[in-house]
Amino acid sequence: MPEPKQPEKLIDDKGIRIDGRRLDQLRPIKLEVGILDKADGSAYIEQGKNKILVGVYGPREAHPKHIALPDRAVLRCRYRMAPFSVDERKNPAPSRREMELSKVIRESLESVVLTDLYPRTTIDVFIEVLQSDGGSRCAGITAASLALADAGIPMRELVAACAVGKIQGHMALDLSDAEDKYGEADLPVAWVPNANLVTLLQMDGILTTSEFEKGLTMALDACKTIHGMQQEALKKKYLVIKEVAEEREETEVVA
Amino acid sequence: MMVIVAEPKQVVAPGELLAEGDHVLGDNSFKVGSRIYSACIGIFEVDGTRVTVVPLKGGYFPRVGDLVGGRIVDVGLSGWTVDIRAPYEAMLPASETPGPRGPRRRDLSESFDVGDMVLSQVLAFDRTRDPLLTVKGPGLGKISNGRVVEISAAKIPRLIGRKGSMISMLKRETDCQITVGQNGVVMVWGKSPENERVAVEAIYMVEREAHTRGLTDRIREMIAKSNVVGEVARTQTA
Amino acid sequence: MSFTPQLPPVAKLEQKTVVDLVANGKRIDDRTTDSYRPLHIQVGLIEKANGSAQVHLGKSKVLVGVKVETGTPFPDTPDEGVLTVNAELGPLASPLFETGPPSEQAIELARVIDRGIRESKAVDMKSLVLLKGKKVQVVFVDIYILDHDGNLIDAASIAALAALASAKLLKAELKGDEVVYKPGLHPLPLNNHPVAVTFAKVGKTIIVDPVLEEEQVMNARLTVTIEKNGNICAMQKGGLSGFTQDELKTVVNLAVQKAAENRAKILAAAKG
Repeated sequence: MPEPKQPEKLIDDKGIRIDGRRLDQLRPIKLEVGILDKADGSAYIEQGKNKILVGVYGPREAHPKHIALPDRAVLRCRYRMAPFSVDERKNPAPSRREMELSKVIRESLESVVLTDLYPRTTIDVFIEVLQSDGGSRCAGITAASLALADAGIPMRELVAACAVGKIQGHMALDLSDAEDKYGEADLPVAWVPNANLVTLLQMDGILTTSEFEKGLTMALDACKTIHGMQQEALKKKYLVIKEVAEEREETEVVA
Repeated sequence: MMVIVAEPKQVVAPGELLAEGDHVLGDNSFKVGSRIYSACIGIFEVDGTRVTVVPLKGGYFPRVGDLVGGRIVDVGLSGWTVDIRAPYEAMLPASETPGPRGPRRRDLSESFDVGDMVLSQVLAFDRTRDPLLTVKGPGLGKISNGRVVEISAAKIPRLIGRKGSMISMLKRETDCQITVGQNGVVMVWGKSPENERVAVEAIYMVEREAHTRGLTDRIREMIAKSNVVGEVARTQTA
Repeated sequence: MSFTPQLPPVAKLEQKTVVDLVANGKRIDDRTTDSYRPLHIQVGLIEKANGSAQVHLGKSKVLVGVKVETGTPFPDTPDEGVLTVNAELGPLASPLFETGPPSEQAIELARVIDRGIRESKAVDMKSLVLLKGKKVQVVFVDIYILDHDGNLIDAASIAALAALASAKLLKAELKGDEVVYKPGLHPLPLNNHPVAVTFAKVGKTIIVDPVLEEEQVMNARLTVTIEKNGNICAMQKGGLSGFTQDELKTVVNLAVQKAAENRAKILAAAKG
């Protein structure tokens, strides 16, 4: 498929972006938990055109044995893009970018997982990007936190992530693929609310120090919002079962 | 100062603030400074000064003394490797089976072979080694008939119920023998396949609706509707 | 797949010494929290390379070679040359490194250095074109770690910039199908001088230029690459913990200052 053409302008005169958003608006986010059968935990996220599925296995016996740690679990993380996930088909062989992202994503999650409860095991996180549209590593982290929680793995808290960037000289939230490609900077951020720490931070492009500070604040605000959505998505499954079951009881008692 | 922040008996998420102060930390809760948080997705329970989160999901973590149902995955020279649905593979040494030992026992697979289901007890387990099992004990050994159900280990406490109330009701109403492994493996033997089927359906219902109210009554209703004659009813009509 | 690395067996007592010192604003080598180890830069050691630089940052030693070859451009940038950055963290440099394909650490290091050079537009990519869409010059920046005593990213960044800034090439021209080189050496056209500054967070203290023992106890690491006008052109957080928003603000401002100090040293060495 031919690559989409470069848009004439990323922001119009009214301050509206090519997908109709304002500079400080998130793309629509959909979160689902527990959709895979075999994985111990799983989650699915749609953010804009991003479609990412995460499966978690573990804690389980470490294979190969030599990677096991004597006093805690090893967290293993694989970020992978499906060949059909991008405009120009991606070669299925692991790329250097995927290896780097696997590392930084693992490092963003590792601080929250209570790994010392499971020595000599591995906890495996598989992030499959089925369709990519900018900000996939952040969306992947958001879903991976849910998948870990869905697996019942004890955690300090959930990690929420969102990217900001600079387009046409303005700081903008949650860049899409086109905005990332033709914009001036991209800044993905992951954050944990209780500890109040940024656990993933990367930047490429050019930013002044004050643009960076402004962008960071925008990203952290968005992470707060996303964190609320994560908690809701986790609880939703159980609340639905609760409502349906208790409603059934009431109708039968009445009958 | 002791303040309860989250609502008891409600679902809480990892990192959710449960309480502040000098509470006793129950399972799946942890403290940072004076604040107590949940470590998993579960039901928040307060019992006096103890705050606990009962997990809605999670695998089995071995404890010494637990009854577990396991599948033989390998036969070795001096014992078997058993999958007990835990993060660690378990070992059942030949010395932990009843009966004759020594050089006469040449092929362990004559006792338990790969694929067999075995009811055993956790003999030893700590952070530095894999769990050790035994089948020396009443009722332990190979499961040759009946049905085996695998549910989430996190739901076993609900399946047993307070003072065994849920499991006693299930056994009575379905007229089945039910042995509950702490690792989520449940063994069912009934008078007829229909009895077993209803018992299995009830067990899955507990797993699904463990966190809801009125579960015991709903299950009793379901069994009654199934026309399976329970033990009590049978003795009454006799 | 990325997985939690095996930690080298560092004595608990040594770890505690480092952590306690840093908590009091001191380092095991007597530095302040915001100073670099002694920095030595030497250029032009490898005559067969177009540019080369060896950096000693404390006991860490890195050698970077720059070679400019001819090649084909990427299809989506027919009017630009190609920049490729590669890093080797070989077993020579440390008992912690193994032979084999690049580890995630090597890949991360190479990509961070690459981003600094690329995003700051340090190399004038358009000047590398010989025939648009068909033939361009390719700049290979190869980073060789010789001795690992901590903060390889900064050492590599300094060496890469020194090598690029001191690189000399013959002017290349396309005559028909052949590439012809005119006599006379020219410097590689550089429009910017990006410099990476790496910080480590140990407990609640932030230190610049962590030495190996400090890296082994740090909670998190942050690399900030600053281009010649004081703007940020790359950032990379590493390690298992994180930074507060305030810490990030402080670190970024300190990076601007430190980058300027090191940049002056690099450009002076490149001239010499």
